[in-house]
Amino acid sequence: MDTAPGADLAARLTQTAAAARVPASMTALDPMRPRPFRIERWQRDLSDTFTIDLAPLEGSPLTFRPGQFNMLYIHGAGEVPISISGDPERPERLIHTTRAVGQVTNAMKALRVGDVIGVRGPFGTPWPVEAADGHDVVIVAGGIGLAPLRPLIHAVLARRGRLGNVVLLYGARTPEDILYRKQVSAWRGRFDMTVHVTVDRATGRWSGPVGMVTKLIARGGFDARDTAAYVCGPEIMMRHVAQALLDRGVAAERLFLSMERNMKCAIGFCGHCQWGPDFVCKDGPVFRYDRVATRLAQSEV
Amino acid sequence: MVSLQDMDDLLNAHPFFAGLGPKHLDELAGCARNERFDAGDYIFHEGGMADRFYILRHGQVAVEVKVPHKGSVVLETLHEDDTLGWSWLVPPHHWTFDARAVSLVRAISLDGVCLREKMETDHELGFHLMARFVPVMGERLRAARLQMLDLYAPPA
Ligand SMILES: Cc1cc2nc3c(=O)[nH]c(=O)nc-3n(C[C@H](O)[C@H](O)[C@H](O)COP(=O)(O)OP(=O)(O)OC[C@H]3O[C@@H](n4cnc5c(N)ncnc54)[C@H](O)[C@@H]3O)c2cc1C
Ligand code: FES
Repeated sequence: MDTAPGADLAARLTQTAAAARVPASMTALDPMRPRPFRIERWQRDLSDTFTIDLAPLEGSPLTFRPGQFNMLYIHGAGEVPISISGDPERPERLIHTTRAVGQVTNAMKALRVGDVIGVRGPFGTPWPVEAADGHDVVIVAGGIGLAPLRPLIHAVLARRGRLGNVVLLYGARTPEDILYRKQVSAWRGRFDMTVHVTVDRATGRWSGPVGMVTKLIARGGFDARDTAAYVCGPEIMMRHVAQALLDRGVAAERLFLSMERNMKCAIGFCGHCQWGPDFVCKDGPVFRYDRVATRLAQSEV
Repeated sequence: MVSLQDMDDLLNAHPFFAGLGPKHLDELAGCARNERFDAGDYIFHEGGMADRFYILRHGQVAVEVKVPHKGSVVLETLHEDDTLGWSWLVPPHHWTFDARAVSLVRAISLDGVCLREKMETDHELGFHLMARFVPVMGERLRAARLQMLDLYAPPA
């Protein structure tokens, strides 16, 4: 990075905001204008997945609620929505876990500690943690879907006393693709939480479950009629998991999932992320199942 | 050996048999026995005579297939309360995969020959068993299809 990365970045970022045709009336807290954050820590999680910890170059840390996302702007590459995956009670470190799949995310993967990126956010609807009060909790993650759910798991454990059984079901592609492996093991070792991990393909010395994450639901450990469920993963996985949970008796009003659509402005202006009558960036990404069930069944809306 | 009454109770308590009347439970118990496998034991092998099915009471079973140059590949695992095997239902009654105990496994096995004979004379029993097996088969097929999609693969 050059001598004044923050200033340089801010200038370029303002251009992006202008390019997106944002109303001129927007003030200093312009949600289209990224703030420069420095990479404090860069960690490789899986062959194509990495986690960065960010701190603001100036100003206060960014507080967020579980399930919300930021727009991350990578100099020269572009901007992408990435969920926040840290602990909401420890906002000093802004944590994002990203899978490198294309232009921007690969550019992000090439960054290192000390590099500066632009951050806009937080945006979007959170996982409604309160909906679980007095109930059992089932959290179902598939693949990288564990990242947006991690803040929720922190929040759930922070209010453990108000909840019944807490169950985490996680499906990964292979044993080598298990994200946050150490933390998943630690959760698994807790007496107040049940954790099941399954893989689609067993490799090496894996002696755990093999099969779709939907099959873990049948193993129970929760009282379906009195359960709040939170699901994140590929859309097909979420549809089938939701169906399996409903079949077991989980109420559609206590079932939540997080949708992904391509985004540009992230504040409900551009319409890029439209999904039926909703904009995923502001009406989502977290939706209550009963409100989106019919749309979910159709493939491209 | 467990008594017929004990076996009746075991079956009665199992979700797979929920809703069966005492007469049918008695018939099933007459074909049932307790089984135990240590970790690593094979419960059956591909191609072998499928003369029974299993209700898992404890432990984990890997359903596997031998792939040349790769050894055994685990297709899925089964756990407590799952049923294992339906080849006993359909001729020619041969196992289509291997089944291996991953951990200590305790199970109830039901003798397929004994059951088939009873189902011949008592069609109602046959109906009740089919009504329990078909959803399990459907569920496994659905899971296998999703697994085949390789949902978490990196985008091409
Ligand atoms: C609200 C929200 C939260 C998100 N949170 C995270 C997160 O925490 N971690 C994370 O890694 N990603 C997350 N994503 C997805 C991430 O935004 C995309 O992967 C990213 O925009 C891809 O940009 P790119 O320029 O690297 O790839 P592109 O060059 O745009 O695409 C490259 C290839 O990847 C495919 N692709 C693009 N987007 C996706 C996608 N969403 N899913 C699968 N394939 C895709 C494209 O079809 C193409 O084949 C989130 C998306 C949304 C909407
Ligand atoms: S991204 Fe512009 S409206 Fe949602």
